[in-house]
Order: sequence, then C-alpha cells, then structure tokens
Amino acid sequence: MKKISTEALDAGYGRKIVVGDVNLEVQPGEILALMGPNGAGKSTLLKTITSQLQKLGGVVMLDGRDLSGMDEQFRAREMALVSTERPRPEWMTCREMVSTGRYPYTGRLGILSQEDRKKTEEALKMVQAEAIGDADFNEISDGQRQRIMLARALCQEPEILVLDEPTSFLDVQFKLDILGTLRRISKEKGIAVILSLHELEFIPAVADRVLCIPEEGDTRMGTPEEMLTGTVLEELFHLPAGAGVDMAEGIRTYAEALQKWMR
Amino acid sequence: MESEKKSRTRYRVAVLGLMLGLLLLMAWNLSMGSTSIPASHIPGIIESRGAGSDGTFYDILWNIRMPRILAGVMLGGALSVSGYLLQTFFANPIAGPYVLGISSGAKLTVALAMVLMLGRGMTLSSLGMTATAFLGSLIAMGFVLLLSNRVRNMSMLVVIGVMIGYICSAITDFVVTFAEDSNIVNLHNWSMGSLSGLEWDDVRLSSVLVMVGLLCAFLLSKPIGAYRLGETYARSMGVNIRRLRILLILISSLLSGVVTAFAGPISFVGIAVPHLIRSLIRSDTPIRMIPATFLGGSLVTVLCDGIARSVFAPTELSISSVTALFLVPVVIYMMVQRKGENR
Repeated sequence: MKKISTEALDAGYGRKIVVGDVNLEVQPGEILALMGPNGAGKSTLLKTITSQLQKLGGVVMLDGRDLSGMDEQFRAREMALVSTERPRPEWMTCREMVSTGRYPYTGRLGILSQEDRKKTEEALKMVQAEAIGDADFNEISDGQRQRIMLARALCQEPEILVLDEPTSFLDVQFKLDILGTLRRISKEKGIAVILSLHELEFIPAVADRVLCIPEEGDTRMGTPEEMLTGTVLEELFHLPAGAGVDMAEGIRTYAEALQKWMR
Repeated sequence: MESEKKSRTRYRVAVLGLMLGLLLLMAWNLSMGSTSIPASHIPGIIESRGAGSDGTFYDILWNIRMPRILAGVMLGGALSVSGYLLQTFFANPIAGPYVLGISSGAKLTVALAMVLMLGRGMTLSSLGMTATAFLGSLIAMGFVLLLSNRVRNMSMLVVIGVMIGYICSAITDFVVTFAEDSNIVNLHNWSMGSLSGLEWDDVRLSSVLVMVGLLCAFLLSKPIGAYRLGETYARSMGVNIRRLRILLILISSLLSGVVTAFAGPISFVGIAVPHLIRSLIRSDTPIRMIPATFLGGSLVTVLCDGIARSVFAPTELSISSVTALFLVPVVIYMMVQRKGENR
C-alpha cells in the first residue's frame, strides 16, 4: 500500500502552465476528487501525474520517491489509468480487454500465464462483469464498457488508480454503479484513487477529499464538506451571488440520497 | 475460459487450412503454365536434376517456376504483414502500403536509380534496389506522416495517401519516358507489378530480408497489442510509444520496400488480406495475426500470380490487375460496413 503525493507540481502544455504549484497527498484507500470548471486543467493535471504529459516543474512522488526516475514498466505496475479515450479495438472480448491490464507482468511476447488468467477473472468479478466476459467489447453498452475499463485498470494491480471523468455521459444508475464499485474496491485493496468528476453531487458520496482547481489562482484542498459550500462554488464556477448557497443545499440532499443507495 | 479454448482451436484450424491451401496452390502453380506438366511427373523431373531428356522441363520447373512461386510466398506475406503494421500504426483498417502511396514512393526511387545507373552503363544490384526501395518507402511514409498530423480523419488519410501515390507514379512516368528505349520495356513491366523473371538469388535475398522484418514484427507483438487500445492506454501500461512508432515505420517500410524492389507495386494485398484474416480467425491479437496474415498474403499472392499467368497464357496479366479485381471488392465492403460506426 502506497500513497501518492505531489510537491509544487506544475502541469501544462509546452511552456504554458495550466495548473501550477499543486501540493496534494492521497493515502492508500483514500479517494481524491478534482473539482473545477471546464478548461481549468483537471485533465492536464491527471495526465501529468500519470506521466502522459511532461511535468513543467515540481515532483510527483510515490511513497516519497520521485516517480520521474522510474522505469516505465515498473511504474505501470504501480499506477493504472481509466482515461477519457474510448478505445474501440476490433475483435476483442471483454475478457481480453481486461487481461491487457496484465501487460506490465507478462514476458517478452505478452503471453498470459495461469496467474494472469486468474487475476483477469478476479478483476471481472470485482466489477460484477463475469457474465459479459465473452461478449465483444464493441457490442456492450457504454456503462458496461466503462465497467470493463475499470476492471482492466484493477487487473493491473495498481497502488494508485487515476480516473479521468469516469462517469461522463453515463446514466445515473451506471454512475452509481461505477463509483460505488470504485469506492468499495479502493477501501478493500487500499488503493489510492485520484479522479476528476463533473457531477458535484457525487463528490460527497465518493470522495474523502477534494482538490479545487480554479481557472485562475491557487488550488485548494479540503474535505467535501469544506469545499461544497456556497462561497467556494460561487467563486469556482463564477455563479451569481446567492446561487452557490442554493446549489450547495441541493447537492447535499442529492448526495445523501446517493450515499444511501450506493452499494 | 471456454471461449478462449474455442478461439485457440479456431486459430489452429485456420493456420493449418492456410498452409494446406498454400501448398496446393504452389503445386498447381508449378504444374500449370504455357508448358503444362502433370503434377505426378514433377517429383521425378526435379529429382533428375536436369539430367537426360527432362532437361528443359527441369529448367522450367526448377529455375523459372519454383523461384517465382517462392518469391510470391515471401513477398505476398511481407506485403500483408506490412499492411497489418500500418493499420495498427494509423489505427485505421483501410491503411496499406499501396493505398498510402508508400509502394509508389518506393517505385519512384527505384525507377530513378535504375534510369540513372543505366544511363551510365551500370546495373543496380538487387540489394541496391532493395535499399533504394526502402528509402523511397520511408520518404513517402514521411510525407504521409507529416500530413496525417494535420488530418485526424481516417478517410482523409487514405485520400492523401492515394494522392501521394499519384504524384509518385506521375514522376515515375516522366522518368521512364526519358529513359533509353530498351530499358523502358523492362521498367514498364516492373512498374506494373510482376513476379516474372525472378531468380533463385532474388529469392534468397528477399527471403532473408522478409524473415528479418517478420521476426522483428513478431517480437513486437506485445507492444502492438497494447497499442490497439490507443496511445494513452499503451503508455499507461509502460509502452515506449516513440520507440514503437519508429520501429513500426521502419519494419513496414522494409517489408513493403522489399516487395517493390523485387516485384514492383502489388496492389491491395496489404490492405485486404489482414481484414480477411481477422474475419477468419475472429481475433486481432498480433501474436496470432502476424503469422496468419503472412500465410494469407502468401496464399492470395500465389493464387493471383497463377491466375495472372494462366488466364490469357502465353500472355501474362500484371499481378496487380488480378489482385485489384479480387481484393477491391473486399476493401469496398470493409469501408461500407464501417460507415455506420462513424469512424
């Protein structure tokens, strides 16, 4: 079980810093949600943490060790990703898709061992997708596909799991399903999770902590209760005065309902 | 689990079937032609090693037909694997060395080199031709890559490739027109795509190069498999994307360059065969696709060459006419089928 943290991390493209001076820390079994308006840099930050993008400054640390010095294959065993990309490979069953998570563990030719197959089945089971294991990945629903991508990431046996908008474009039952599963597994396995969420109402139900990313200015970290207040919402999303309080109230009610029904 | 077993059996049966079909076609090609030799006589003639009354037959079988068939096996396989690698690279099932203009690029540089050398009274060695073709493939590929950065649309990529192919062919025509008369006939035949006139030395050299390319591709099965999920996921699994992309370009250019150097541009094998094989084995796993695609390419090429040589015998058709006739419908079917998926 490992924790992930950043120190004075600058994320952006080329020379332009989109999100600067990010200091965050996520303990094993904890879920951190990124909250902020479109374009503020949630995805940019996640891409930098997962080394998809070159960082522009600062450090990302795994249990206190700088991640940038690590071998790619080794890093892949520590950190898995559910991205906004929607791969549509031809002729691939869901089971095959999940088993690609074993990549960092297989040999030169990538042939799956008995152990790898076992882990694949376990991952399918974790997200309750055993029934669609043999189905073609392109022929299942969006919600099921996302569940399979989550299983794929879990099959990688990561210490750190990063998800970029895992619930966008899904109906509420799938959101409940994915986020509930995520929360359960994170606690069970002691995985540190960082995810970006557009759905504010899900934040109190899922996240232990929240990182606010404003369009301009410094990021702030706190508990969901601290961050989902009228003033923070008004500032963060440029809402008219008074709107934030009403929204925060609504979000709290909705979140309670979600918490009640999230398995 | 049950389905995995089924899929493995399916793959094995398919590969065995392809091998068997290839052997039968090779035997057919060996016996058939302007001089028809019954298949039952073939072992005897080859065993005689040209001694006695069978001398001419031996020559036809062993020194004309055999190298041509083996070249078809090697080059056809190389072309299909090259197509498969390009399809993976561009995440585009309608990519191939011919449609992307890569074969035409190789054709252009080879024609240029040939004419230049012939003008000085020299001939280009097979190895020199292959190196030139490899270079030409890389240059054409470079152009495609440069332009592909600007278009994110798959069909546009193919259109660009076709355009690059046209430019290269046009320049080749210029070059050929200015060349000495006696050279033109040779060059013209080759620039249409043909396996005729290939000798044992050609077979040896092309086999070595093709096998090297094939082995490299096979050893890349694992990262290629990860790359099927797109760059982001592949990188998150620890794939070195830059390295993989460069290797894919080099290997596919080597394979298609070898083909163009020895047989000229052969159309549509690279694009259609991987698709046919995918549907046959119902899988797109590289570790299965690469060997099976090679076999499929060999089979299709030997078949088409046999047809090219036999339909209007003793006049030969260019092999590209035959491959186009058979494979273009496959490509069109593929494109129409995908349209609904909006990709």
